[in-house]
Amino acid sequence: MIDELLEREVETVETKTNKTIILFSGEFDKVVAAFVIANGAAAMDDEVTMFFTFWSINALRRPEKVAISGKTALQKAFSVMMPRGAGRLNTSHMNFAGAGPKLMKRMMREQNVMSLDDLIASAREQGVKMIVCQMSMDIMGLKAEELIDDLEFAGVASYLSDADDANVNLFI
Amino acid sequence: MTVAVEELKELKSDQVIDARATSCPGPILAAKKAIGGIPVGGVMEVLASDTGTLKDLPAWCKKMGHDYLGSVDDAGYLQLFLRKMK
Repeated sequence: MIDELLEREVETVETKTNKTIILFSGEFDKVVAAFVIANGAAAMDDEVTMFFTFWSINALRRPEKVAISGKTALQKAFSVMMPRGAGRLNTSHMNFAGAGPKLMKRMMREQNVMSLDDLIASAREQGVKMIVCQMSMDIMGLKAEELIDDLEFAGVASYLSDADDANVNLFI
Repeated sequence: MTVAVEELKELKSDQVIDARATSCPGPILAAKKAIGGIPVGGVMEVLASDTGTLKDLPAWCKKMGHDYLGSVDDAGYLQLFLRKMK
């Protein structure tokens, strides 16, 4: 009886191979790293949850301006100052006032690395779950309409509940 | 189970996947996309130029339950072979 229970316990432990990634950073290189890992894990048949909080949400913004009413002056200022979308992110090192990301993108192309846009598209194609922290959205005054489609909006409990079923959790 | 290079060269692949124009994680994504079209017991050949694939494809096979057979590199790029096991 106890053996049987133990066996079942071992089975449930072994089946938990999901991966969760908290993406806090909004710099180009860190966002690329997170999506490379997410894509790799999905290709290995693991369920992947990415939880976007604070600066990383900028990587999910639509590149075009979206007219939103009801923002405070500070929120408006944030909207203008923060990068609009994956194509406008700075690098965490050697940003050189915006030249760094261009150089890095060129070097990635030369080495046949997928672009960030392609990595994001591939992650979605593979069913990577993307949860955006509603609280961060509220602080920064971002609205769902300003972000790309098919995202979930939730809080820390949603991420934690997925983390319970994961054997790897990253904070980037 | 890895196979000798001579045997690999004789292997008849059910499908050849060309992932030479892509770097990590491209070859693994390509393998994952293509594996569904291969019969169980069939051999998939992955062409790659990213040498990290030499470690990554065996790791992918181990995780996915397929049999990594080995690689040949004398064509100027890598040819990696695996047998689909399920």
